[in-house]
Amino acid sequence: MLLIHCPYCEETLPEAEFAYAGQAHVIRPENPSGETDEQWEEFLFIRENPKGPHYERWRHIHGCGRFFNALRDTVSDRFYTTYKAGEPRPDLSDFLGDDA
Amino acid sequence: MSISISPLNPTVIGDTAAVRVAQMAPVGRLSLRARGDLAALNGALGLTLPTKIGTRATAGDLSAACLGPDEWVLTMPEGDVAGVEAALAGAYDALPHSVTNISAREVTFEITGPMAETLMTIGCPRDMASMGEGAVRRTLFDTATVVLWRDGADAFRMDVWNSFAGFVAQTLETGCRELAADMARAG
Repeated sequence: MLLIHCPYCEETLPEAEFAYAGQAHVIRPENPSGETDEQWEEFLFIRENPKGPHYERWRHIHGCGRFFNALRDTVSDRFYTTYKAGEPRPDLSDFLGDDA
Repeated sequence: MSISISPLNPTVIGDTAAVRVAQMAPVGRLSLRARGDLAALNGALGLTLPTKIGTRATAGDLSAACLGPDEWVLTMPEGDVAGVEAALAGAYDALPHSVTNISAREVTFEITGPMAETLMTIGCPRDMASMGEGAVRRTLFDTATVVLWRDGADAFRMDVWNSFAGFVAQTLETGCRELAADMARAG
């Protein structure tokens, strides 16, 4: 079982308490009615789906209930870091170290 | 595979040499959500709301446990609920907040005995050693979301939603008998 650090509870807890919630940093347009169909398609449906490090949202659903963001490697399932919703995207190179 | 649980008719679910599991009499519970400067609410409640998730504060019969960054569960005798609601309503202008009476939503199981901690591990994925005495956490127990209170080294309380209570009670009762059998075998 994966162990995930909840940035709100400040504890590392079993995956069973958490739910995956899709790609992080998908920003809703400030003026929705001004968007073209292509921009809506991009916002609603187009996701990165990388093989490797991925910025994604998780929710501590059976705990504090909060959404937060994580940087996880989709190949190894390793969590590089987790951070609170609204905080800036951390730089991947900070975590790769010698592997980079 | 579930025991019939009535919130109004508390029963003993399991009672062995290892662990005793009993349903507690109904208590008053309020869910409080608020953000910002909590001073007005602290004044209304007569206690300082804890801000670290998993901790609790008590003043007389009133207890407040922090479940999330802006979420607390207040427990008190059933007769005190109206008074606490009125006190919080008086602080609404100073700090807008949400108070919901969830007394009837859950039943509470009291789990005591030398193997109480071991009984929790049959359904709870969390490391029980990480919950010290006095800790309160929302977590999982065998797929049901529960609020788990650790009152002592060998004493827990578990708040379970009514619809899950029969299933959770059955699981706890089975665990009680299993652990007692283990103890008997070990001599």
